Amino acid sequence: MEREKATTLYIGPQHPGITGNMMVRLKVEGDTIVGARTEVGYLHRAFEKLVERRNWVQSFTMMCRFCVPEPDPVEESYARAVEMLDKIEIPERAKWIRVLVLELARMSSLLLWHAGQGHSLGLYTMGQWSVGDRNYILDLFEELTGARIYHMFIWPGGVRRDFPEGFEDKVLRTMDYLEKRLEDYDNLLFENSIFQKRTQGVGYVSPEKIIEHGVVGPVLRGSGIKSDIRIDDPYEVYDKLDFVVPTQPGGDIWARALVRRVEIRQSISIIRQVIENIPKGEVYTKVPNPQKWKIPRGDAYARTESVRGEVGMFVASDGGRKPRRVHFRGAAYVHAVTLLEDVLIGQNIADVSAIMNSLGTCPPEIER
Amino acid sequence: MSFFDLRGTLKPLTSLKQFGKNPHTIRYPEVPVEASDRYRGFHFNEIEECIGCGNCATICMNESIDMIPIEGVEGDKGDSGLRPRIDYGRCCYCGLCVDVCPTGSLSLTKDFIHVSEDPDTFLFLPGVENPDAKDRKTYVSNKETSLNDWARIPMPELEGKERVKSFAEVVLGYNEEQARQEAERCISCGICTEVCPDHMHIPEYINAIATGNDEDAVRIIYDNNPLPELCGKVCTRRCEDVCAIATRGEPVAIRWLKRYATETADASDVIKDIVNPEIREPNGKKVGIIGAGPSGLTAAYYLALRGFDVTIYEANEKAGGMTMYGIPKYRLPLDSIQKQVDYIMSIGVKIHFNTKVGKDISFKEIYENNDAVFMGVGFPKAWTLGIEGEDANGSMQAVNFLHMINSGEDVEIGNKVVVVGGGNVAIDAARVSRRLGADVTILYRRRIQDMPADWEEIEGAEDEGVHMEPQAIPIKIHKDDKGNVKAIEYLKAEMVQSEDGGRPRPVAIEGSNTIMEVTAVMAAIGQQGDYDFIDKEYADQIKIERGRFVVDKDQQTTLPKLFAGGDAANRTADVISAIADGFRACKAIDKMLIG
Repeated sequence: MEREKATTLYIGPQHPGITGNMMVRLKVEGDTIVGARTEVGYLHRAFEKLVERRNWVQSFTMMCRFCVPEPDPVEESYARAVEMLDKIEIPERAKWIRVLVLELARMSSLLLWHAGQGHSLGLYTMGQWSVGDRNYILDLFEELTGARIYHMFIWPGGVRRDFPEGFEDKVLRTMDYLEKRLEDYDNLLFENSIFQKRTQGVGYVSPEKIIEHGVVGPVLRGSGIKSDIRIDDPYEVYDKLDFVVPTQPGGDIWARALVRRVEIRQSISIIRQVIENIPKGEVYTKVPNPQKWKIPRGDAYARTESVRGEVGMFVASDGGRKPRRVHFRGAAYVHAVTLLEDVLIGQNIADVSAIMNSLGTCPPEIER
Repeated sequence: MSFFDLRGTLKPLTSLKQFGKNPHTIRYPEVPVEASDRYRGFHFNEIEECIGCGNCATICMNESIDMIPIEGVEGDKGDSGLRPRIDYGRCCYCGLCVDVCPTGSLSLTKDFIHVSEDPDTFLFLPGVENPDAKDRKTYVSNKETSLNDWARIPMPELEGKERVKSFAEVVLGYNEEQARQEAERCISCGICTEVCPDHMHIPEYINAIATGNDEDAVRIIYDNNPLPELCGKVCTRRCEDVCAIATRGEPVAIRWLKRYATETADASDVIKDIVNPEIREPNGKKVGIIGAGPSGLTAAYYLALRGFDVTIYEANEKAGGMTMYGIPKYRLPLDSIQKQVDYIMSIGVKIHFNTKVGKDISFKEIYENNDAVFMGVGFPKAWTLGIEGEDANGSMQAVNFLHMINSGEDVEIGNKVVVVGGGNVAIDAARVSRRLGADVTILYRRRIQDMPADWEEIEGAEDEGVHMEPQAIPIKIHKDDKGNVKAIEYLKAEMVQSEDGGRPRPVAIEGSNTIMEVTAVMAAIGQQGDYDFIDKEYADQIKIERGRFVVDKDQQTTLPKLFAGGDAANRTADVISAIADGFRACKAIDKMLIG
């Protein structure tokens, strides 16, 4: 009998290093990976189908479930698609508040990424710090939206509530604090030789793979290509804001980490610009009674830059009171399935969760 | 890169500077945690303010809200008696229930910790189980961000100056777009259905209008109301008084929507095509109906559909009763009534016009020749003022005046008319007099806000230049030498709060006598029944209390086979109650004769 050279190894769905409810089935020779297969199905709630049974307003509360760490870009893209379909013009102030919420969500998600990337390499202090600091952002969310994780704040027509009293000052104070903390993060993570040695040259995404898989977001920018929906196809008020899109040529985990390191600083800058320039006014354009709201036949596609890259929302209406079809496309759909399967080949078992983290894996985006 | 990197080894050690500092974590429960002022925690419901409309349960996308009866809350008009119960195994705290709550009674609070050994306590009755949470309300409903539509689509009307020139209809009706927009405001709670005497299917037909299915709306309306266009124009619409949206906004224009739907069927054969009623085979039973008013026509229509042989005896030359002869044509045009009566006759109802029971045919004959008899005879006789000089020429009853005008007769009223009363008849008489070119003053004992007439009618009268003289009690009509009305003398009154907590009553002020020169006086202080046409042998068996027939819940009088409805049987004295009476009597007669 011929002996098998490769062993099958399952990482997940119950594994401390896995990013959510999914599994990667590996074929390994020694501790080198020779084959990988992403297995999903642990989470499937049929979000897209459930939306078809809910009216246009009820549906917006489903949107946050597409991605737990950063629900707001999904909410925003749904709201914007619905507004496109029904030709609703939202107030200027609402657009600025939306940008603020989106950037706060990006920061909160990036802080969570610091934790995940550190954890996956055994750097546990990083996670304790950044998750602790993320709580200050969640406090802001709680004050503004009434919820910490699932904000359900951006809805068709604008946003649900205006700033509470003294909110602007609190945001600025939090930003000042976090900016200072980022220096500590540099010392702890980016200057750390363990982090550098474990990430440089690991999880390399070549330019060919970018085209083959349709890679977006920080992974794309980490391979030297400048692409950001906020610049390429500005939505809300991003065209009125001043920020840079960082790129790194390396294509490895290290390059992607450096991209994110700059992005969190850019978010702080954007938030300060929003607080400085936000106009006064209404925050909500009245939509019809939700029970009777019908939207003309047609379809719309809205795309938003999330922390993982472009997320797209396709909404189709048959002229009725409920969406005929809602289709959501998140970055993780390629990053954590086809690209991950490809990138893992030739890597070490110990690097799997670090690679998954750096690719921006978010299982609910895969299983919708 | 060398294996040992000094900088990369030392830099992380700067984290040691955090050593000994306080942690970020809050040590609950030693340190209390307070949620933010907008936190979406457990629900709270103001039980007294809530009307149990169930809009929260409808919007809840997790179906986590059930409407259940609770102790201490009795459902009455405008309150279903139900209150929301939240299933916290399903709730996602999105707060949509708060944003659609029409009364604003529901809110979310700062509370987010619940510990119990009883696993059933996640079924939670907000406001009942946490009355103290009132002080911790956070996410509350406000009118600006609410998802309800508070403002009604305005009804196009003729200008006040234009109106008084003719008897053209004042209300112009919604066009299609306006009707759809207005229908979209309805939240389909059905509180209105409960309070409608006829329990019309209001949310259903409004929904049909909102979705553009006007013919469906007409079919739904005809299910229990054969005179919907009449109701669509002159109904007292108690439904709108209790509309959930009316708690903080303007009620949905239920009456105007019904009017819109029925006006899309502009002829009796069009109605027949749309409604396409199923008429059962004749069952051989005969029903006689006295009076072709709304209750008689309703009973006749539904009995005829059920296969009965129905004959109506009507004293006047046209059907419609008080709606035909009492309501001015600028509110209810002749062809509108005629169209609906034609439709009712087209399904086999026979009407004998100009046939006064007791004169042209005896009550006894009708009673003996039919298997059942329904009486919708109304209140034809007006109350008199009971003051000196009421017999003068030019002193008349407003009902009689309206009857004559609607019959096409000329009435001499001069150029200065005073109408006494504050009900719809008084306002009608005043507005008709304006159209005949007279200056009109309404004398009413109480204040304007106490007038029982529709506020829209009162406003309409004021727009047309009718002068209101509230808190005025007439005491004498002065006559000239020829016996014509010359002036009316009245006392001013002050409102005194009654001791039993009832509404304030007017008390005349001694010495405040005022004399107003007038050419005609119209009394509109109420009407009463006239039952002389009933033969003595039957009259003795029919119980009458306070001028009305005593009927049971099936509209049956104390005389077997005899049913009664309309003003002569109910105390509310409006069209929709009469229609409801007729429909109930029809079901009872069907049950009695067919089973």
